[in-house]
Amino acid sequence: MATSDDGGFHGPSIEEFFPEAIFFAGTPFEINRIILIRFLAMLAIILIFWIGTRRMKVVPGRFQSVVEMGLDFARVNIAEDLLGKKDGRRFLPLITTIFFVVLFANLTGIIPFLNISSNAIIGMPLVLAVVAWLAFMYAGLKKHPGAFFKNALFPPGVPWPLYIIVTPIEFVSTFVLRPVTLTLRLLMNMLVGHLLLVLFFSATQFFLFTATQTSIFYGLFGVGTLAFGFVFTLFEVLVAVLQAYVFALLTTVYIQLALADEH
Amino acid sequence: MLQTILVAAAEEPPTNPLIPQWYDIIWSLVCFVVILFFFWRLVLPRMKKLLDERSAAIEGNIEKADVAQREAEAALEQYTAQLAEARAKAGKIREQARVDAQRIGAEIQAQAQSDAERVKANAQVAIEADRQAALVSLRTEVGSLAIDLASGVIGESLSDDKKATALVDRFLADLEASDTAGKK
Repeated sequence: MATSDDGGFHGPSIEEFFPEAIFFAGTPFEINRIILIRFLAMLAIILIFWIGTRRMKVVPGRFQSVVEMGLDFARVNIAEDLLGKKDGRRFLPLITTIFFVVLFANLTGIIPFLNISSNAIIGMPLVLAVVAWLAFMYAGLKKHPGAFFKNALFPPGVPWPLYIIVTPIEFVSTFVLRPVTLTLRLLMNMLVGHLLLVLFFSATQFFLFTATQTSIFYGLFGVGTLAFGFVFTLFEVLVAVLQAYVFALLTTVYIQLALADEH
Repeated sequence: MLQTILVAAAEEPPTNPLIPQWYDIIWSLVCFVVILFFFWRLVLPRMKKLLDERSAAIEGNIEKADVAQREAEAALEQYTAQLAEARAKAGKIREQARVDAQRIGAEIQAQAQSDAERVKANAQVAIEADRQAALVSLRTEVGSLAIDLASGVIGESLSDDKKATALVDRFLADLEASDTAGKK
């Protein structure tokens, strides 16, 4: 973490997100601590869903119920709710994957000894945003091969001189800002969440063990920062779930808009 | 916090968190593809199969309940029909018995009546026959008795049969006439 042995207070820095390489240093396949945590999250997904769906029974047990509830959330509340049964089923693997990848990778941010979300580095948010972008482009082009870009860039019912203004705005908002906002929303939530937690807990460390050598009074600050750290840890659970939901939901909404006949 | 970040940033060459590293992209892509195939090829088909089985089971149970209901209704109908049939049969048997009893009664009555009549007729015939026999024997005996009597009275032999017979007949006729007159 951010404290060191010299006794002074060191706040969290951006270098937190670029730890030293462990394997394959300097190659494009470099693996550091965060990448290992990412692997661990993916392994958790595979284990939970593999075991949870291995021997499924018509009348589910406890564990199967939980797994089913998770899958049903992505299926019913996100995919089928917005896209309907037929299109919902087409895009269900993608939506389910995005939801659980984001969720599990987010949750490592508050798991002790992992303490960082692998979504706090830009790779995964960016990859998922590009996938979402490709998905809604594919959905639109498949459904309206000729009219997709025309509908997106020249919305019907607008007087033609306004297209001078509307078309660039639509282009930027639909094809540029959507992936950018998807990426940044997730990345910044995780990055800032981690920085906040590190700040609270390193301050606690500093106040309780270093500053109390000067005055016992500083211990009170330590208690305060510890309480804040605890509250924000709970808050991070909420953020982890919420961001997974938002990412999957927005991807689905973009696909829905691309599939819509008129918009 | 900002200051400390800046201090930390000044100490080492700054790294922009918005600039993706190649290893980050590659491992993200690998993870995403693996998880995508995992859900696509394994988890979701299993889940779909389960949901299909579940709805099939629910439909099967509903179907089973329907069949049971229909069977129960059919059995009830059958029993009701059997009961009605049995009741009708019992009624018919009762009616038949009543009719039979009536018929047998009437027959017995008729038989008794005819028997009585026959007995009565036989008795009448026998009486008539006895009367005739008595009449015939009486006539002959009375004739000879009267003749004997008359012979005795008049003292003369009535050799002349013609006369005697005429005399007897006249006597008998007188007797009958007086007899019928007496009856009346």
